[in-house]
Amino acid sequence: MDFLNAIILLLNYTIIPALSYGSQLALGAIFVTLIYGVLRFANFATGDMMSFGTMFAVLLTFYFQSLGINFGFLPTALLTIPFAVIMMILYMLSIDKFVFSYYRIKKSPPVVLAMVSVGVMFVTQAIIRIIIGPFDRRFLDGEKFILKATEFKEMTGLNEGLTIKSTQAITIVVTVIVVSIMFWFLNKTKTGTSMRAYSDNEDLALLSGIDPKKVVLLTWVIAGILATVGGVLYGLDKSYKPFVYFNNMLPIFAAAIVGGIGNPLGAFLGGYVVAFGEIFITYAYKKFFTYILPESLEPNSLMQLLSTDYKFAVSFSLLVIVLLFRPSGIFKGLRL
Amino acid sequence: MKQYLNVVTAYMIMFTLIILVGILQSWSQALSILNYCLISAVMTIGANIQWGYAGLINFGIMGYTALGGLAVVLVSVAPVPEAWKAGGINMIGSLGVVVAMIVSIRYVLKKIQKSKKRNYLIAGIIVIGLLLIRLLAGPGIESIEAVDPAKTGFLGGLGMPILFSWIVGAFFAGGLAYIIGKIALGLRADYLAIATLLIAEIVVSIIKHEDWLARGVKNVIGLKRPVPYEIDLQTSPWFISLVEKFNSGKLKVIDTLSERQDVLKQLVIDASSVYVKLCMAGLFLTVVIILLIITQKALYSPWGRKMRAIRDNEEAASAMGKNVVKEHLLIFILGSAVVGLAGAMMVTNDGLFTPGSYRPMRYTFVIWVMVIVGGTGNNFGAILGGFVVWFLWVEAAPIALFLINFFTAHLPETNALKVHLIESASYFRFLMIGIGVLLIMRYRPQGILPEKIIKQ
Repeated sequence: MDFLNAIILLLNYTIIPALSYGSQLALGAIFVTLIYGVLRFANFATGDMMSFGTMFAVLLTFYFQSLGINFGFLPTALLTIPFAVIMMILYMLSIDKFVFSYYRIKKSPPVVLAMVSVGVMFVTQAIIRIIIGPFDRRFLDGEKFILKATEFKEMTGLNEGLTIKSTQAITIVVTVIVVSIMFWFLNKTKTGTSMRAYSDNEDLALLSGIDPKKVVLLTWVIAGILATVGGVLYGLDKSYKPFVYFNNMLPIFAAAIVGGIGNPLGAFLGGYVVAFGEIFITYAYKKFFTYILPESLEPNSLMQLLSTDYKFAVSFSLLVIVLLFRPSGIFKGLRL
Repeated sequence: MKQYLNVVTAYMIMFTLIILVGILQSWSQALSILNYCLISAVMTIGANIQWGYAGLINFGIMGYTALGGLAVVLVSVAPVPEAWKAGGINMIGSLGVVVAMIVSIRYVLKKIQKSKKRNYLIAGIIVIGLLLIRLLAGPGIESIEAVDPAKTGFLGGLGMPILFSWIVGAFFAGGLAYIIGKIALGLRADYLAIATLLIAEIVVSIIKHEDWLARGVKNVIGLKRPVPYEIDLQTSPWFISLVEKFNSGKLKVIDTLSERQDVLKQLVIDASSVYVKLCMAGLFLTVVIILLIITQKALYSPWGRKMRAIRDNEEAASAMGKNVVKEHLLIFILGSAVVGLAGAMMVTNDGLFTPGSYRPMRYTFVIWVMVIVGGTGNNFGAILGGFVVWFLWVEAAPIALFLINFFTAHLPETNALKVHLIESASYFRFLMIGIGVLLIMRYRPQGILPEKIIKQ
């Protein structure tokens, strides 16, 4: 019985939150990696682009709510995602046309493009703050919990409760759907293969008649979908605040590099590595050990490796370690 | 002289703008802008040493700035004897453990050949060391933070003059750069950017959450100053008579004595704040000029030429027998040290240390924008970039407000769009800076004052 309690405890406080947070990071990390692989630069506007897409979802949610449209027990924001994605893709394509394409045609070094993306970051941030303001906004509606701790306790008779928030379940399900469609597209369709070919070797791809314009367009479309979905899921789970999105760029970068930048599957797994790392290292295991150890061995400290203040620092340290020992990522060469 | 014409013109325009602020808004405001411009200039000199001279991309400027600020607290604040009594021994013990760890790891690295055994040994040393530190420092930190937490709750500093901390700040930042350089300098440019960005974030989060060190997010206020205090000035007779002499024309017009006294009092209060800022500006200007002379000399010395050679063609330079790795590390340390100095200067100027305010937006990206806008590889350009961008950063809101009012003049006061735009006027600074960067990158990628290579 105690053993079961211990497992439920871990499930409730570490594994489920890490899975949903990891999914959000994974979507962002694939976005980073895709831009890096195909367009060949580190996009410092990542966080703000995700924020931009989410902003439309938030605004549309409020609009739908005022019209009285809702999505039953699911959050209205899910309904708005397609519209937000379209706005996002339009924004990205116009940025690409007016800003990035010039440097791509000139074949500027990646550093220059990274600097340009810093400029894009400033502009995007300004537009977001001018339109929606810097404030914290919650836009979650519908059912909040799938499983409540008290219900679970009644059902099983255990001491520990298991809570599953609906946002957590939605995050995981939506991520699985989006990511599997994306991998299917990249690996099984002809256009996806041409994208990968372009990413692996641009010159050879051009020689074999792949249209670079189409590849770039497709990359931005996929990136737009990933950025918006990732951003909306994060916003539903926590809340929407532009500044937080900018900061989220950092663990997302960590996830992309840990997984091996340029490799979508690596980035996907990297998101979970970072999330599990952050949560496992900063969780206080005291209660867990009280359940599994005999009473005489019970710990009297919190059994916490690092305080939760250092949550972000954990993912960055993970990145430093990976950079030191396996600069090309821990999932190097992994392919579907 | 002719070749410096554009430099002189650019600086003239900049100073005219600051003087205009003085006339239109207030002298106090103009001087605060000038002070921050000078501090930004020091930061851009540091970033320019790395990016302009050597082509190293360092997005960790925030970390060095924060470390420079930390140095001010650690050097200038008076020590807290109770805290030292409560947990000093534990902290010194932990420091000893850290030193022992480093020494033993170095020993292992030197004596034992590369093998699995060595890796396990190093991992073992680290794990044991961390456990020891936890055991030692844990209770120490708790008792230190319990000492009068509302006012102190930290070890305090050394109680030394604050100007000394500027040098210490530079050394701190240089030391951090040495460690980061050893880890990350071998990486490709954009990897290096991301790695330094994240490492800086780690540094700031340590400063934020280790309350025993510098009170963390509880801030340290009331730091010493290298210049007189306003309150002291307002009561010192020489200052009052100086203000009287300065404003004798204005005072003569007023008839009654009591009224004249009141006016004089107000004038003295205003003048004291201007005087203090002028003193600060003098100090900062000295630093900027010294740095400018050194960096100019370095840029046109054989060493500077070597750095350019390495930047422009690493492989060729290394084939000519230049040690690229060593030079990169050196320049990384030098540039970071200058940024650390700027961080210390900034905290001195503010008189308070607020770890919560260190954010990558303001302390990394804006500084980078300054270097790019000003001119990479040109010290005059970098300094000018610091001035221009900081000026825009501060004055963007008034300018935006003016433009909004101008373009929406035909709309009624209660128009929703107009009200919304006026409320968000302060965010137009991001827009202006962003568009500025994009335009500069597109149409003048070398910056306002491009790099000038003098053929000798």
